[in-house]
Amino acid sequence: MQLNKSLQSGFTLLLNGVLTLIVMFCFTTLILLVAGAPPLAAYYHIFKGSLGSWITFGHVIKTWIPLTLCSAGLIYTFRIGLWNIGVEGQIMMGAVFSTALLRWGADWNQPFGVIGLAFAAGIAGGAIWAIIAGFLKTKGGVNEIFAGLGLNFVAQGFILWLIFGPWRRPGVASMSGTEPFPYQLWLSTWPGLRIAPAGLALAIGAVLLTALILKYTRVGLNLKAIGNNAQAARLFGLNPQRNMILAMLLAGGLAGLAGNIQVTGVYHRLLPAISSNYGYLALMVVMLSNYNIWAAPLVALFFACLNVGSIQLPMVLRLDSSLSGVIQGSLVLATLAVQAWRVKRNK
Amino acid sequence: MRIELQDIHKYYGPVRANNGISLTVAPGEIHGILGENGAGKSTLMKILTGFIHATQGSILINASPVKFQNPAQSSQLGIGMLYQDPLDFPLMTVLDNFMLGLTDGLSVETDQFRDKLKELATSFGFQINPDIPVQRLTIGERQQLEIVRLLVLGIEVLVLDEPTTGISEVQKRLLFQALKKLAADGKSVILVSHKLEDVETLCDRVTVLRYGAVTGAMESPFDTEELLKMMFGAPPAQPLRKAAQLGASVLEMKQVYASGGRAGLEDCNLTFREGEMIGLAGLEGSGQGVFLRVASGVQKPSLGEITLRGSRIKGGDYSAFKYAGTAFLPASRLEEGLIPGLTMTEHYALQNKNSKFLIPWTQAYQQAKERIKLFRIKGKPQTFAHALSGGNQQRLLLSFLPDKPKLLLLENPTRGLDLESAHWVWQRLCNYADQKVCIVFASSELDEILMVADRILVFFDGRIIKDVKSDETDADELGRAIAGKSD
Repeated sequence: MQLNKSLQSGFTLLLNGVLTLIVMFCFTTLILLVAGAPPLAAYYHIFKGSLGSWITFGHVIKTWIPLTLCSAGLIYTFRIGLWNIGVEGQIMMGAVFSTALLRWGADWNQPFGVIGLAFAAGIAGGAIWAIIAGFLKTKGGVNEIFAGLGLNFVAQGFILWLIFGPWRRPGVASMSGTEPFPYQLWLSTWPGLRIAPAGLALAIGAVLLTALILKYTRVGLNLKAIGNNAQAARLFGLNPQRNMILAMLLAGGLAGLAGNIQVTGVYHRLLPAISSNYGYLALMVVMLSNYNIWAAPLVALFFACLNVGSIQLPMVLRLDSSLSGVIQGSLVLATLAVQAWRVKRNK
Repeated sequence: MRIELQDIHKYYGPVRANNGISLTVAPGEIHGILGENGAGKSTLMKILTGFIHATQGSILINASPVKFQNPAQSSQLGIGMLYQDPLDFPLMTVLDNFMLGLTDGLSVETDQFRDKLKELATSFGFQINPDIPVQRLTIGERQQLEIVRLLVLGIEVLVLDEPTTGISEVQKRLLFQALKKLAADGKSVILVSHKLEDVETLCDRVTVLRYGAVTGAMESPFDTEELLKMMFGAPPAQPLRKAAQLGASVLEMKQVYASGGRAGLEDCNLTFREGEMIGLAGLEGSGQGVFLRVASGVQKPSLGEITLRGSRIKGGDYSAFKYAGTAFLPASRLEEGLIPGLTMTEHYALQNKNSKFLIPWTQAYQQAKERIKLFRIKGKPQTFAHALSGGNQQRLLLSFLPDKPKLLLLENPTRGLDLESAHWVWQRLCNYADQKVCIVFASSELDEILMVADRILVFFDGRIIKDVKSDETDADELGRAIAGKSD
């Protein structure tokens, strides 16, 4: 009976996924046809550009790591019913704090210690940025969406000011970012793939830890209870505001960690586009995975493939690279449509 | 219009809300559907009005089978439903609500509809001002508006879900007159209720449901004993209440003021003692709700002193009040008391504070199993709170009350419960009172207050205008106080 039931719900999920993919492919194909591109060739190049070789797969994983970290964090805030749009700025501040620490500790001759501290600084940077939005929400009554959006702009401006101001490269302040860190402060990578094992381990660890916290600890249950009915949760002795801050802190910390890895493991400097919109993308990942921590890494992988694969399109087919954005957007719309349709049918 | 329901089944997962119900409603008949909470009455009516689909079974209208895909189809065929909370637009005027869906949206013939509303309303003896917003009407008046609106839509069958809850005695009389008139005109009326008295005075025929199945049917005149047996299996007894031994002071308030609700709370001074059972009477929204929330620490008073078990306490700090032994049970279960989306086990896990960091899932599951049995909740540990029927939600809430509280604050603890459940609730509460717990409850039913309370406070416009022992007063005196006449 129990097994039968879980099989059935597994089947429903699978059916949902397949339906979503079909709707998405129809929609994207339509757009490709309108753009005058051969759809099959486009899909083929996206596939080849992402899973075609170990090198491209390495790029996919490099995208997957920050996406997954942010997604894991966003699950906490969605649980309690908060829209943490500010995740984008939290990545940036994680990157800024990490960069500050690496610049400061560059001549300490303690690379491991400095990198370790940089991790902590990145987490702190993201968490502080998230807590500001959290306090604006709980104390000031500012909607977290607006607070987060505002803080994103502030963070972006701050990064630009740093790059063109105090942290500019000697002589040539430019959009290409700050002076690269000394080599010993780079996260070590697997030869050839350029993936940092530490980053991969942290992303996987974040997923596992989040799953455990949600299922087995008070934190997970409290967030869910408050997200579903904050008023009743108070009668159960829970403090909604404190828990909102906690959820923001966890989400911001993980986003900050993603920012840190972008700096220490990928670009080795601070760039204006250091967040690469992974925060916004992670919001979509979490929604598409139906707020499920086990589905999120898979959806993130799919998005990472799309993102990396579509880099090929402008070169090979002379299509605009924003096509991957269109595909991702239509994926979200297709999912929402399929979900709404199923809810309606089940009534 | 003749309605036949044949062998209706409705399953929600393992829960059998309707399990093979058959009944026939003849034209011009007032048909009662009687049953305790969770008996399957509402589910059956939702199937008849097209809100949900039956798992199995068929609906025949004038001997031809129909299948409703949505509520609009059933109302097109002339089946209209009057809900417990009327579905209207509170900010729009009575006339606008009345006209909704009747005009083409281009030519608005306001005067014509005003006359029509007036004509229909007077024919039933309803007095509703067409130009005030609906939010200023009482529940009873909103019902009246809804009835005339449905009639103009041309309904042949009127379904009413617990229509006498929350309306005054006069409004009830008017409603019953109107329903009799409708039946005399050849329309069918289906009255869903758990109130024996209503069904007995109004209906020609009654079908009794229990656990999702028909346990019997009866024509007027009814045999009360027989009906009770069909509803409950055996007739429920009255609760026993011994005279209380009052102990030390539990709660004291001095000049407490608070805002909220319709009237707020003004200049509240009182002392409650151990073992005391206090009933709060008054029209809904006269300050009882605010009082209970202030007394339980859910809401912060704007002024005044509160003393809990001998020591001053800062208002609005629910956990401090809880620590001192108070517990609060709100009236709106799914809005304030329970958490939709969480299972019963998860509720007990929230309640269980034995471990700080990890959740004792096995313990919570065991606890859920025990409590479900003890409180006779119809559901399983993994059942979601929002999937329970109203009465079972109330039982679930009651099962969260601590074992050894000092002060229980309950808002309408038996609202929506059938006789047997209400009786069972009072028995449990009386046990608490015997253990020197102070119990304060608000109720809209005077009979209930007179039956169980030792002391009665009447609220009017945010003030306590009467504070008497229940054996020194009667329903008449209290009724006058509720209406604002304190002497």
